[in-house]
Amino acid sequence: MGSSHYLALSAILFALGLFGIATRRNLITVLMSIELVLNSVNLNLVAFSFERSDLTGQVFAVFTIAVAAGEAAVGLGLLLALYRLRSTTELDRARELEG
Amino acid sequence: MSFLVAHGSALLFYLFAGLVLAGAVGVVTLRNPMYGALSLLGAFLGVAALFLLRHAEFVGLVQIFVYGGGVMVLFLFVIMLVNLHRLQESRMFASTAPLAAVVGALLVGLIVWALAQAPRAVPTVAASTSLRSIAGATAGNSEAVAWVLFKDYLVPFEIASVFLLVAMIGAVVLGRKG
Repeated sequence: MGSSHYLALSAILFALGLFGIATRRNLITVLMSIELVLNSVNLNLVAFSFERSDLTGQVFAVFTIAVAAGEAAVGLGLLLALYRLRSTTELDRARELEG
Repeated sequence: MSFLVAHGSALLFYLFAGLVLAGAVGVVTLRNPMYGALSLLGAFLGVAALFLLRHAEFVGLVQIFVYGGGVMVLFLFVIMLVNLHRLQESRMFASTAPLAAVVGALLVGLIVWALAQAPRAVPTVAASTSLRSIAGATAGNSEAVAWVLFKDYLVPFEIASVFLLVAMIGAVVLGRKG
């Protein structure tokens, strides 16, 4: 399998994640779509790492996973704060930051 | 049988790519976030299998542990903490969804077309750190990744650990009652 297959799959995954971020109204689903986008980036990094026989891409994928874990923790904390304030997770109902 | 031997790698790629795409479509389209999270787990495991097919064993296992274990448990906890019965969302998508779908499909089509136009054989560069060997000696993938990570990227590694600590404290502060 050539790396172009991986890049095409990564492009489709990225577009699906971006579609979810831009159009879904539930904050939980938006956070999960962000994880999809980060996974598509990791697919690209690992595919190029294999293509070029260079491990730097894999190391960067590890960094991306660490950043994604931190993002998920902070994002879900924000979601809990929003739910406590508004009793909803819909983004349309979070129009102002002050409670 | 010989067909399986000859095309086994391609068959596995298409199998796991299908799993990843089905999981991603499920995340974006399913109404219940619980089903969306389980669908996301399928996508994560498919991506991990694709990493293994590209000889990135360490990253594949980190993907399973961190994403399939840690992040997924975090998502499921929070979905259970918020009361889904009270959500009752009337519309799933924003009104711009059809336009976004068209633009996204055009973008993917453009990228795939560009990939198809690209030259077949990319000349491989002689990299300083090979996938399999360090200084001539054969090494496992984890050992090779650790070599690069702790030799060339030690400072970013430490910054990442501080970042995770800050994120953890931030999550605790945000999630605290009060």
